[in-house]
Amino acid sequence: MLINKEANGDQLTISLDGRLDTTTAPQLEAEITGGLNGVKDLTIDMEKLVYVSSAGLRVLLKAQKTMNKQGKMTVKNVSPEIKEIFEVTGFDELLNIEK
Amino acid sequence: MKELTVKADDKNLEQVLAFIDEILEAHDCPPKTQMQIDVAVEELFVNIAHYAYSPDTGPATLRVETQKEPLSVIITFIDGGTPYNPLAKPDPDVTLSAEERGVGGLGIYIVKKSMDNVLYEYKDGKNILTIIKKI
Repeated sequence: MLINKEANGDQLTISLDGRLDTTTAPQLEAEITGGLNGVKDLTIDMEKLVYVSSAGLRVLLKAQKTMNKQGKMTVKNVSPEIKEIFEVTGFDELLNIEK
Repeated sequence: MKELTVKADDKNLEQVLAFIDEILEAHDCPPKTQMQIDVAVEELFVNIAHYAYSPDTGPATLRVETQKEPLSVIITFIDGGTPYNPLAKPDPDVTLSAEERGVGGLGIYIVKKSMDNVLYEYKDGKNILTIIKKI
């Protein structure tokens, strides 16, 4: 998985490219652990993300919990396949998914 | 029937999914179904890797069969670790907010929700978990 970050003041966009699974979730976890200091507006762009398993959901939940304390988090460009995983697990209610 | 036995380790996940994908692609499995099956296989294989032999490691076997009318794939996971029925675990409450959510139990819950049938038995010292999905 490739992770691209674009910061603009207290806004940060993290774009994910590839698979967010057991093998790659630690990469994203490393980015959000300590990497969100001072960030008030986090966007996770999933346009190029093709796969999410529960290991990925755990890291997204962690990011959401962090941002609930210091600002907001938005998830955008979610594919129908990934949307379904979010719906099954209730993550569609828990995350702020941009339509 | 096709079979693969590997050490139950996260490092072998890619090999396991490649094995499954090759079979699914040979049957023209739709991409959405393929992703659901891949996720289920990942969750179950990783569960074996993390818990079955903990703190040691051991082998996991995947056996794949197909049946007709309707065309379905049957994937059986076999390990010789601690007897454990993941289906007996209570489902997580998926209506809780982020703050109230724990991190456990989501994987097996996804498997139960996305597969047509999930079966567990403990036989001859082995955990045998089978998933069935129409493709």
